[in-house]
This record gives sequence, structure tokens and C-alpha cells, in this order.
Amino acid sequence: MSEIKNSSTPLVKRGLAEMLKGGVIMDVVTADQAKIAEDAGAVAVMALERVPADIRAQGGVARMSDPDLIDGIISAVSIPVMAKARIGHFVEAQILQSLKVDYIDESEVLSPADYVNHIDKWNFDVPFVCGATNLGEALRRITEGAAMIRSKGEAGTGDVSEATKHIRTILGEIRALSAKSEDELYVAAKELQAPIELVREVARTGKLPVVLFTAGGVATPADAAMMMQLGADGVFVGSGIFKSGNPAARAAAIVKATTSFDDPDVLASASRGLGEAMVGINVSDLPAPHRLAERGW
Amino acid sequence: MLPIGVLCLQGDFREHLATLSSLGVASKVVKKPEHLVGISGLIIPGGESTVIDKLSKIYELREPIRNLIREGLPVFGTCAGLIMLANNLIDGTSTQETFGGLDITVQRNAFGSQVDSFESELEFAGESVKAAFIRAPIVVSVGPETQVLSKLADDRVVAVRQGNLLGISFHPEVTGETKVHEYFVRMCKTANFTATN
Repeated sequence: MSEIKNSSTPLVKRGLAEMLKGGVIMDVVTADQAKIAEDAGAVAVMALERVPADIRAQGGVARMSDPDLIDGIISAVSIPVMAKARIGHFVEAQILQSLKVDYIDESEVLSPADYVNHIDKWNFDVPFVCGATNLGEALRRITEGAAMIRSKGEAGTGDVSEATKHIRTILGEIRALSAKSEDELYVAAKELQAPIELVREVARTGKLPVVLFTAGGVATPADAAMMMQLGADGVFVGSGIFKSGNPAARAAAIVKATTSFDDPDVLASASRGLGEAMVGINVSDLPAPHRLAERGW
Repeated sequence: MLPIGVLCLQGDFREHLATLSSLGVASKVVKKPEHLVGISGLIIPGGESTVIDKLSKIYELREPIRNLIREGLPVFGTCAGLIMLANNLIDGTSTQETFGGLDITVQRNAFGSQVDSFESELEFAGESVKAAFIRAPIVVSVGPETQVLSKLADDRVVAVRQGNLLGISFHPEVTGETKVHEYFVRMCKTANFTATN
């Protein structure tokens, strides 16, 4: 029979995220770290030049990583490799697609390149993940073509409170939407600033049409398990691993906790003997202009 | 019929549970060795094979599943699940192991990176099925007792069966396709196997 191959369809783009569910995606800045992450059971790695904690400490404009660094990480591991582009920076995204990364994160952790528009993600063959702090933001990113959503949290802090707030907000708003009658969805769409068709779909199915991970401040096995119990499909861990005392052990423990998120006995054993967690910063001590979650709209 | 187990360590296991449910077939979540008792078949989902391998070792499922495969438990693997059933692996990591059972050699990520992923219709055991290939593996060689059930137009092998083991490169569970699961349910009924531990 004749064979028609359709690449880069929404199903194919969203499908890779489906395969990452129940897994941990880890930030790495070198090929060696990428190997440690893969050996510890990471389901994918995020290649970047500086982890969010260092971006925060060092300041300055944070941009897409050097292609040599990304190439080095792609050749070091067999699992999917993601990389970050600045919000609205469609040329960084074109470059990352040309490097054949498996997913692009249009990320508030980098300095935004456009304070009005996000990237038109439908124009790309490679799928995108985007951050969101609430349901409206998630639906606007999906409308622009995002194939996966992560709640933002507050990257580089090791403080999980914002991650908790954002995943609770997104899932709580979905539950509220599901309880509305059909004729109430028009106003809901207006308030969410999202297309009515998408709002109807979420109300009917009770979930986003794409996979929802959580990110930003996860530093311990207990943090990861809490995000899973709250309803996340998986977790991103940024600075929490390689800014800790024993990255390999902590990474493996977070992987185990993400799988056994509902088993306190396993979580207790996974939490033992990990050495020091990243020191962290309380989000409440961060002056508002330094809060990354407020980037993107 | 006794429930079919789904290995729920990592990956798209929810889609497999939902597909079985849509067929009116009882399913059982398998995360620990004791969950294997009383199943009539096992599905290994899509996901990351390196992670599923590592977790099956940590949760002490590797040896029990290998034993059940030897005893004749019907097992169906999609994508990463196909990798887990292969006796030989190309492009695995240095520490990666499989359950084995299928006398085949499988190459991981055989099509390239995510931009090379695709969906297609293809023939599976004489029927047309909707298939999604996502960073998919390929069967590069098969043993004398392995039956080929699907090929791509370029003759590359993407579905095989050997005895009670069924392995496919693609994901029917994300396209709403049920024919491959129906085929596996028939395999389980015919085998009439009950896993004891």
C-alpha cells in the first residue's frame, strides 16, 4: 500500500510529551552533567549555559545557549534534548530547530526578546513547551502552538511555593471550568482571554489538550512527589540537582519519588542520605522585578 | 477474562489503560512485583526505555517479568516497550538492559530526532492501522522464529510477533487506534495464562 508520512502534526508534537509523562526533565550545562542525568534516570535533559540559580546570581541578559554546547549535549546522551529560547525570539527558535533539539522551551528564565508577542509556534516543525502561571496563560500558549505546558514556579530559588501556587491555580481553574454550564463558557473564554473552542474542549474533557508538567523551585524528592500528587504529569528540575551536594544521588532519588509519588514508604527511603539540598532563596525575599514568573503574559 | 497488566513506571501508560477500558477489558496497574499476580497479559508502554529499564530494576520487577516471559505470559510492547522486549539493542546506553524474549535486534531512535517523528497509516497483520512514530525504534534484524507483522514502504520492520510476545515501533494508543490492542487481547485469551509469582 502507498504510504503517506505526516511529520510535525499536533499529534506527533504532543505525542513526545506524552512519552515523557511520569518522568523528570533535568537542567544540565555540560555534556558530563547530561550523562549523569541520563544515568540517574532523567527522561530528557534541558541544555543551557547557566542554571537559573546562576542566572539569578550573576544577572545580565540571559540568552539561548551556544550551539557548540547544545551539540555536545545532544551527542552525549540518547534521551531527548530540550533547549531554551527567549520569549518572542523566533530566530533563536529557528537556530535551535536547525540544531535538531527535540523540544524548545520558550522560557521566562531567559530575558524576554519581545514584551508583546510570543513565538508563533505553529511555524515550526519542532515542538515547544511554554510556562504558565494560570489557565488563561496556558490556553494562550496552546493557541500559539505550544505542545506541552509547564507551570512556571519561580526558577532558581529552590522554593517550591510558587510551583505549588501555579499548578494548583491551573488545575483549580480547570475544575471550575468543568462545573460551568455551556452558556457560561463564553464569559469564561473572555475572562481567560482564550478561544471559546479551546475553552469548551477543556471544560468537556476536564484537562488540558497537552501534557502539563511543573517547574520552578523543585529541590527534593518530597517536592517532586507533592507536584505529582497535586496532579502534574511530570517535573522539571533546574538548579535543584546540580546545585546540591550530591547531584547523582539526588537526581536518582527525585526520579524514584516521581514514579512512587503516592507511596510514603518509598519517598522516605528516597529522601535519605542525599547530602545538602541547594541553599535556595525564599521567594518572599525576592524583590518583584527579580521574579521570573511575571515574564510572559 | 483476567485483567491485563500495564507496566506503570513511566511513559504513556494512562493511554494504554484507557484503550483497554474502551475495549471493555479489565486492566491492572503494575508498579510492584506483587501486582503481577493474577494478570493474563502485560503491556509495556511507550516512554524512555533507559528510564523504564532503570525503574524496573529499582522496583525489583526485572527478574519477575523475565521469568514470566520465559513461562509464556503474553507481553505487548510499544516503542520503548518493543526495546524492552528485544534480545539485542543498538544505540543503547552502556548500562542499559532489556527484559528480552524477542529474538530481534532493535535500534533506538532509528529515524533521528523529534523533527523526524511522523504519523502514518500502515498494514498490521492484514489490517490498516493509524500509527504514530515518535523518536521510534526499528527492528533491524529478526530471528528464524520471529514473524513480521508490519513493514514501512521502504521494507523496514516495525511490528513483530514471536510466540506470546508482540512488539511494535509505533503508538496506536495515542491515535485512538484499537486494532492492535484487540489483536493482543485475542493473544491473551488464546494463551489463557495466569501469572502466579
